[in-house]
Amino acid sequence: MSRIGVFICHCGENISRTVDVERVAAEVGKMPGVSFSTDYKYMCSDPGQNLLKNAIQEQKLTHIVVAACSPRMHEKTFRKAVEAAGLNPYLCEMANIREHCSWVHENKEEATVKATEIVGMMVERVKKNRVLPTITVPVTKRSLVIGGGIAGIQAALDIADCGHEVVLVEREPSIGGHMAQLSETFPTLDCSQCIMTPKMVDVANHPKIKLYTYSEIELVEGYIGNFQVTIKKKARSVDEDRCTGCGVCMTKCPQKKIPNKFDQNIGMRTAIYVPFPQAVPNTPVIDRDNCTWYKTGKCGVCQKVCGPGAVDFEQQDQLVVEPVGAIVVATGFDLYTIDEKPKGSPIKGYGEFGHGKIPDVIDGMTFERLASASGPTGGKILRPSDGKEPKQIVFIQCIGSRAREKGISYCSKVCCMYTAKHTMLYHHKVHDGQAYVFFMDARTPGKSYDEFWRRSIEEEEAVYIRGMVSRLYQKGDKIVVMGSDIAVGVQVEIEADMVVLATAIQPQKGAELLAQKLGISYDKYNFYSEAHAKLRPVECATAGIYLAGACQGPKDIPETVSQASAAAAKVMTLFSKDQLEREPIVARVKESGCVGCFACKKVCAYGAVEEKEIRDRQGNLIKTVAFVNPGVCAGCGTCQATCPSKSVELDGYTDEQVIAMIEAL
Amino acid sequence: MQPTKQNTFEPKIIAFVCTWCTYAGADLAGTSRMQYPSNVRVLKFPCTGRIDPVFILKAFQQGADGVLVSGCHPGDCHYIAGNFHARRRFAVFRKLLEFVGVDLNRLQFSWVSAAEGGKWVEVVTDLTEKVRSMGPMTEFKELAMEEQWSGAINTPELQEAYNSI
Repeated sequence: MSRIGVFICHCGENISRTVDVERVAAEVGKMPGVSFSTDYKYMCSDPGQNLLKNAIQEQKLTHIVVAACSPRMHEKTFRKAVEAAGLNPYLCEMANIREHCSWVHENKEEATVKATEIVGMMVERVKKNRVLPTITVPVTKRSLVIGGGIAGIQAALDIADCGHEVVLVEREPSIGGHMAQLSETFPTLDCSQCIMTPKMVDVANHPKIKLYTYSEIELVEGYIGNFQVTIKKKARSVDEDRCTGCGVCMTKCPQKKIPNKFDQNIGMRTAIYVPFPQAVPNTPVIDRDNCTWYKTGKCGVCQKVCGPGAVDFEQQDQLVVEPVGAIVVATGFDLYTIDEKPKGSPIKGYGEFGHGKIPDVIDGMTFERLASASGPTGGKILRPSDGKEPKQIVFIQCIGSRAREKGISYCSKVCCMYTAKHTMLYHHKVHDGQAYVFFMDARTPGKSYDEFWRRSIEEEEAVYIRGMVSRLYQKGDKIVVMGSDIAVGVQVEIEADMVVLATAIQPQKGAELLAQKLGISYDKYNFYSEAHAKLRPVECATAGIYLAGACQGPKDIPETVSQASAAAAKVMTLFSKDQLEREPIVARVKESGCVGCFACKKVCAYGAVEEKEIRDRQGNLIKTVAFVNPGVCAGCGTCQATCPSKSVELDGYTDEQVIAMIEAL
Repeated sequence: MQPTKQNTFEPKIIAFVCTWCTYAGADLAGTSRMQYPSNVRVLKFPCTGRIDPVFILKAFQQGADGVLVSGCHPGDCHYIAGNFHARRRFAVFRKLLEFVGVDLNRLQFSWVSAAEGGKWVEVVTDLTEKVRSMGPMTEFKELAMEEQWSGAINTPELQEAYNSI
């Protein structure tokens, strides 16, 4: 037999102005099961909570209904108070008679009747409430970071500095990502390598960071606090433990004309290579597609010259399983390549700009490599076609970005700033050159950003033309840029030596495949989705997985670093306890009724439903039923409404409770 | 029906809402001190995906004259896709109700986000006015009553059967 206590709050005058609280208390007191009913001016105040606690003990109450404001406001407060008085917190319910009653009605009679009914509904509901123990899940205090760009590096260092082990996985042979490719960074023009490489070395030397380069995520199983991640270590053909990084193999390799992806394919590398001299780890990789030994079975020069005997042509891909408790996804971005129209993609190419056909039409990242001191030209701005210095250079912004008709409607955010930087770098290196920029708007929000942009015009003499370019074509060794200046309203034609396109930022290729392995959601462009655009910007909707950097949307370096540190802070919050506590509002399967149709499994957006075999003592399979993993379940209850045999129940929102509420009306 | 009687009829409206969007939207209507008819009773669910069509039938059986189901806008679901499941489910369920002979004007589905206090007021007010003009919904209630009466144990046959156990 339940002994329900009902507490009606006046909320100062907020409720009592339109609801006759004494009458509600009296009416509710007569309801079956209610053994105590009272009203108080401020239930949430200290004396109010004490009134509740004392009543529970003195009246031996078993269930509590607090009729006050919205449960979204004070449910936690009262559940805590109830728990302090020795009752299970989930035996306390709130009736919302403020937001849903007193504040929205003026007629006191109507509001009082409605309030009584609302309380009555909750009284019937609370009778069916069960004791729910808090669910605890053990936490493996190791973290996986996917992606070794600046986001992954920052997150890994922050977590590792807190004393937790980090597994950092990078697809390329070296960490560093796109930031290592940049020449200088806005708005301070400090050299990217100078600020990046020390961090890369920190990662390599950190005792708590386990680095997997040239590796990919193969499989992710488990749930928050308890993931099992299978990592594929691609065969490097070089033994990492033996290699000293002397580099003799690279100098002797006869294949010297392979376009280097790190240099945007304008620089060359050997078949056994490190992508750039400052690579971490400084262990070469053999590019098997281009190596003579793999193609013909002859050569093997690198093996012969290697002193420590590190070159191993027989090496195989390896699978490694790492248990982790949290995952930070920092896979970064890729640039929109405008010459090709991706198959089956709604994104249309930019054939009219001749990218890929005219050699001196390059993208922003290629310009970075040209301007970089460690780049293929040693920092000189030279045309890829003939190696001459361009005297007239045209930058075109918003290539791909903000072009709804071309398939991408978002702004890539960093292009305005990096184009301003490019005009400066160009002016610093080619003193008698002239830079033109075609732009739609200059978007420069950020600390010292607008000043930087103004400087490119006022001090570095870049000519900004508001308008877009319609066509580019080759004329002799010049590129004719046909555009419009909408500020003056004239057509503009510039004979340029080189054209730099600020192409859109897109997620890494295959981003959606990784998302499917991780079970996280992504938008129509394949950027990963955060749990809440404003209030949970670094968490995925899938518990235990966090986002950092441009894999979530275009970002500049400071923003990426901030988000990476934020993701690290979220991981550390998770790791601050040995056991993870969570609300016990999860689905539970009644195995006796379950027929194993797994309709619930199909509708579960979280993959929380597993198949469980029930066997007799001899080990014979009786049936396969559904099992909801309480660590993964988010408590939406879609499975329950779907279950044809009504064999799965969401604790806290059972059919019994809901029907009781409806019947109370 | 006499005009006076119609004027005094106050419909009962039951609203099944999700906690993240519509419940919060209704809270916002409260904090903004908007006014709407007091006929609606709100039942909170974690997600519209949890709302079983049986609840709607049960509500009609218990004397509800109108039912409102409301959740997050498509794509905004706190639980990724619960509202899509709900949308599909109710698309089918409406057909069934139509077949059974329920006037679909009594059953309203809507998306009200946590920021749309005004829309909540509008939806509730519209539904209340609509159902008020339609008069009470009696069919399901009468059926339930019949069921209840026929289930009474005081018929001689039943009494005999019980005695024989």
